[in-house]
Parts: sequence; C-alpha cells; structure tokens
Amino acid sequence: MIIDLRRFVAAERAYWDELQAVLEKLEAEPERRLPLAEIERLHYLYERCSADLARLDTFATEPGLRALLESLVGRAYSEIHETREPLRIRWRSLVLAFPRAFRRHLAAFQLSLGVTLLGCAFGWFAIRTDSSSKAVLMPFQGLMGSPSERVAQEENAQTDRYRGKKASFSAQLMTHNIQVTIMTLAAGITWGVGTLILLFYNGVILGAVAADYIAAGQGVFLTGWLLPHGSIEIPAILLGGQCGFILAGALIGWGGPATRAERLRAVSTDLFTIVAGAAALLVWAGILEAFVSQYHQPVIPYSLKIAAGVCELVALCIFLGWAGRE
Amino acid sequence: MKTPRAYSISIETPEGVVFSFELATPVTRALAWAVDATAIGCLVYVINKVAGIAGVFGRDIVGAITVGAYFAVSVGYGIVLEWRWRGQTLGKRLFGLRVIDARGLRLHVPQIVLRNLLRLVDSLPLLYLVGGIAAFLSGKGQRLGDLAANTIVAREAKWTAPDLEMIAGAKFNSLQSWPHLAARLRSQASPEAVALAARAIAGRERYDPRARVSLFRDLAAYFQSLVKFPEAAVEGLTDEQYVRSVLRVIYGLGR
Repeated sequence: MIIDLRRFVAAERAYWDELQAVLEKLEAEPERRLPLAEIERLHYLYERCSADLARLDTFATEPGLRALLESLVGRAYSEIHETREPLRIRWRSLVLAFPRAFRRHLAAFQLSLGVTLLGCAFGWFAIRTDSSSKAVLMPFQGLMGSPSERVAQEENAQTDRYRGKKASFSAQLMTHNIQVTIMTLAAGITWGVGTLILLFYNGVILGAVAADYIAAGQGVFLTGWLLPHGSIEIPAILLGGQCGFILAGALIGWGGPATRAERLRAVSTDLFTIVAGAAALLVWAGILEAFVSQYHQPVIPYSLKIAAGVCELVALCIFLGWAGRE
Repeated sequence: MKTPRAYSISIETPEGVVFSFELATPVTRALAWAVDATAIGCLVYVINKVAGIAGVFGRDIVGAITVGAYFAVSVGYGIVLEWRWRGQTLGKRLFGLRVIDARGLRLHVPQIVLRNLLRLVDSLPLLYLVGGIAAFLSGKGQRLGDLAANTIVAREAKWTAPDLEMIAGAKFNSLQSWPHLAARLRSQASPEAVALAARAIAGRERYDPRARVSLFRDLAAYFQSLVKFPEAAVEGLTDEQYVRSVLRVIYGLGR
C-alpha cells in the first residue's frame, strides 16, 4: 500500500515521463522499427508503470494520477501486444493484395453474383410478362421511352449533348457508383440483408433494361452502350456486395470458436483492400461511361465498343483470377 | 433484466494489470461531429473557391474538380485525420476524444476506413439516427461503424498533478493522532471528493470569501459524515483547516 504519495510520485515520475516520450515518438512514426535495446527499455517501462498502477489500486484517492497511469499502460500495451503488421502502402503490393483478397473470399463474390443474376432474371421476366411494370421496375426518365426511338435519336444526333460537360459528368458517375459500392458494403452490417436487397434491386433494373431493349431488337445497341463501362462497373458493385457478405459472415460467425471481434478483425484488411480496388475500378468506369459509352454508331462503331468491353472484362477476370498467385 | 450502461471499459493485460478507458458520451460525440461537419463544409467552400480561380481551364474541369473534391473530402476527412492523428479528427481533438481499438490494441488503417465507410449507414435516415440508436443499445456506445471495425470512442485522460506542497501546510496534523480513524477515512473517501478538495485548497485565494466559507463547510461536512473524529482532534480547526488535515491524512503527508 502506498502511504506517501509525494514520495511515490517523486520516485516514479521520471519513468512515467520517459515512457510518455517513447510512446509519443512511436505514435508520431508508426512505421519506425525500434532497435532491441529500445524495445527492452520500452518493455521495462511498461512493466514498471503497470506495477505502479497496480500499487495505486490500493490507494483510491487520486483519480487523476490513476487516469494518467492507465493511459500510459494502455498505450504501451497497444504497442507491445499488437501482433498485426502496420499497413504499409506500397502500390505494387496493394495492387496484388486486391486479387488475393478477392480470391480468399470467392464464395462471398459468388453469392453476390448469384443474387444479382436472380434479380436480373426477375427483372427480365417481369418486363416480358408485363411491359407496363417498366415504370415501377426502372423509374428513370432516360429508360421510360421506347428503346427503338431512343436508338434512332442517339444514332442520328447532330450535336454532342455532352459537349463541355463530359468531365463533370464523369466525376458525377464515379462518385455515385463509388457511393453505391460503399453502401452495398456498409449494408452488410444488417447481417447481409441490406446487401442482398441492394444487389437484387440492381439486378432487377439490369434485367428489366436488357429485356426491354432486346425485345425491341436493340440488343447490339444495348451491348455497345453498356459493355465499355459496365464490364468494369458491374463487377465493381459485385465486389461491394462481396464485401457486404464478408462483413455479414464475420458478424454471424456460423458457430465458429472465434469471437465476433476476432472475426471482424480477421477480415478488416481484406474488406479495405477489396473496396479500395473496387473504387479504383469505378474511377476507370466513370471515365469510360462519360467519354466512350454515350457515343454510338456512327461516331464509334458498336463492334469496337463491344470488343473493347469484352477485352476489359477478360483482362479484369485474368487480373482477379490470376494476379499475385504464388 | 437490462444491465445499466457502462461508461468505461476495462482491459486486463497478460500481466494481470487492469486499465480502463472512459467512453465518450453521445452528447460529446455529437458535438465533435458538429465541429467536423463544419470543418468539412469549410473545406468544400475553399475547394469551390479555388476551383473557381482555376476556371481558366474551363467550366467542365471546374465542375469535375468540385464534384470529386466534395466526395473525397466528405469520405476522406475522417479517414485521413484519424489515420494521421491516431484516432482523432478536429472535433475529437477539440473535445478530448479518441478512436481506439476495443481491445486496447493499436488502431489500424483498415479499421479506420471501415468505421468511416459505415457512416453511410449510421447517418441514415438523417442526423445519425441509426448510429445513435446503435450506440444507445450497445454496451460500449458503438455505432454500427464501430461495431464492424471493433473500435470505441474514448475520452482522453488528462492528469493535473495535485499541489501537494499547498496541502502540506503545518507540520502537525491532529487527525493523525487517531491512526485507525485516519485509515478508515483514507479507505472511505471518494476519489472525486478528494480531487475536488485538493482543487479547492489549491485555488482558495481566488474564491469570493463567502463562497470559500460555504465550499469548505460543505467539504468538511462530507468528510465528517464518513468518519467522526473525537472532539479533541478537531477542536479549534476551521472547516478549511479540517479539509486540509483530511487531505494530508489521505495523501500521507506529515504527522
């Protein structure tokens, strides 16, 4: 038991100040690797402060001092007991980490794809069986009219309606799509139900649009319109769905021995990597959608747009499927 | 039965030492968020102005910069600041709050990113209603982003050393003549009351005389309610002298 607080503070203060200085240095430079002698000293100071805190437990009359020691011990504990490597942003490793993280959670991506395809099928059959459901399934001004009329209008356009606003349109598309992807991830916090609904709804719109244009004999236009950016944009949103399901899986746990906190901790780096990769893809998709997809034959031949879209999709599949394999 | 909401969480180290973090209250978090929202607004305003100056490159480019910058600032503000300032944004720094790992370990970038991305859900439908309800229901005051990232928002401890010289005063302390009562006083006095008494002694010259008398009367009454010393021990002591003697007993100063 501490009888003389003044003597206790006078004797120990130098160690607390030293630990404080070491911690401040470590916190200012998280990537700094301490030499062995400094690690040993840090460990000694941590143990000494822990012992001081334990001694103070028997002396409940100095809350401020206790708070200081708790703060020092807590901060030192986080430095000493942390086993995860600090994230070092190196572009090469980050680029390869993305497909690796994707492949580690392939089942979540397959689920994401499956739900979207289910939504597509629903949208397709809904439009095919009742074309008046268009207003409910895809309530967007640009899609409400007749596909044939739109195609004729686009192909005979004399002026560039995006002239002078392509860059801002592109930025709007990028930010909107990134927001949708983040939302699809974030909705995973509802045990995956939110992600499921968002992916299914996306699929419904996609299926309904496809059904509408193909029924009108405008399949080539649709493919040429969607494929250049869609071959990147749609997989990116599916990656957001994959993240949502990974998050949901970690929350649910499926009866494994790890605690929820441990499961979430285990997937957090992969979630970060995949969503960062998806955001980068969406920047590219936004550029293509504003600068390429909105221009149709005769400005850009459909065959060229479709070929470019297919090449992108193949390249993306190869990248996600094989890049960084060991 | 619902357990009462905890305002601190305790972590036991492998060495068997327990330390705790005081959780931030919803009101302080809301105030910190208001500061951050204002900071984001100011940043976006500045970017708009700068983009306007860059208008020589064309309105289209300015529009693209504005849209992209607004998005980058609103999403990136929390991520970048919490990463660079070890769990603090401008608002959190101002109100002495810090985001920390719920297990007391080092905060990692993926955790920061995840908790900030989930703001999209937490802020629904408006003014962080979903996040607020989640924080209210969670035992650790965690919004959904905190739950997913396994983080908590804690108050930073600030220590102001008690002015022991000020308390020490006279050499003789009559209360020490009854060591068993002194020991009982030491064990029963609440840390908060002792800290308050120490602050009162340290700042006594600054008080209005009437307020000073009233403050020390209340403090003396509190300590007397804990332990009753014999009349001989307290004879001739003013309330202020009594409080000072109590502090000297508690801090183990003098005899």
